Amino acid sequence: MLLSAACLGARLLADELSPYTVEDRRSGYTYLSEDNQRLQDDDFANPGLLWVEQGRTLWHRADGTAGMSCTSCHGDATVSMRGVRTRYPRFDPQRGKLINLEQQINRCREQRMQALPYPYESEALLALTTFVSWQSRGLPMHVSIDGPAQPFFEAGRAFYMQRRGQLDLACTHCHDQYAGQRLRGDVISQGQSNGFPIYRHTWQTLGSTHRMFAWCNTSVRAEPYPLGADEYVNLELFVAWRGRGLPVETPAVRR
Amino acid sequence: MAEPRVRVPSTAKKGESIEIKTLISHPMDSGHNRDVYGRLIPRYIIHTFTCTYNGEEVFRADWHPAIAANPYLTFYTVATESGRLRFEWSDDKGTVYATEAEITVV
Repeated sequence: MLLSAACLGARLLADELSPYTVEDRRSGYTYLSEDNQRLQDDDFANPGLLWVEQGRTLWHRADGTAGMSCTSCHGDATVSMRGVRTRYPRFDPQRGKLINLEQQINRCREQRMQALPYPYESEALLALTTFVSWQSRGLPMHVSIDGPAQPFFEAGRAFYMQRRGQLDLACTHCHDQYAGQRLRGDVISQGQSNGFPIYRHTWQTLGSTHRMFAWCNTSVRAEPYPLGADEYVNLELFVAWRGRGLPVETPAVRR
Repeated sequence: MAEPRVRVPSTAKKGESIEIKTLISHPMDSGHNRDVYGRLIPRYIIHTFTCTYNGEEVFRADWHPAIAANPYLTFYTVATESGRLRFEWSDDKGTVYATEAEITVV
């Protein structure tokens, strides 16, 4: 009786977490405390939703000399932006390299709206990125890594495997070899990117994938790259592929 | 900054205890942190939260520097009559953020 109850408990837990697990890939959600999971699940309490609201306002607001807003081209975001987050970063023929969601938003601003690009990690860019990503919530990550994207994907993988900093650690050392184990007071996650931009308690605010990369680099005492650098966009593609099939959770809550 | 968010049940029975949730976007700088140049970031927090129910104060909280950014607060009050709940957050720069919600008591 007791045993079956325990089994039932274990199965229930597995069922609840199953959307956040694909094969051996586990979303950061599965490493969270119950409190933080609840915070993420509650669309009222999740602080990331503040940025979604702000992003919705910006989506409708005309800016720049062309007098256009996002809606002028894209219309209803719930339709036009659904699934977009799952495909970024992608290869961009115009630039001849990868482009991520933040850069795509800024490109729209510059080329279509004739407006100034938002600085990387500004509140406005975070808000729009979060709003656009939020439209894909629950959809599986599915980036393209073949064709012209392939060399950039390989560069991203190489970055992931490269030791760096005074601690001489590569991403893979923590996030592949020691995921699930403790690093001082914290549990190391697999470093999946499906919830970004995330509301991170450590930062007391919302942050982008690149901010997290820079934070990780600084933590191993390496010089971080500037946010939006090609090295980070390549890495972003590799990390997105590494978490293929995991659902978009934006805006996720993380420690 | 984003608008403050509140969640109040739209209808309630008279005498019923109702749960009210609030969330506001605010940096809540404690006054102890430094910026990248090593300069002290001055204290900038919301110090008072109040809720009035048809003009009568039903809840008040004094907040202090240890409260995290983007404060989330849940509290309870008793539904006495139909009307309007008003929420106000006052911060160190003298800004008052306010929002209102309607409730129908049956």
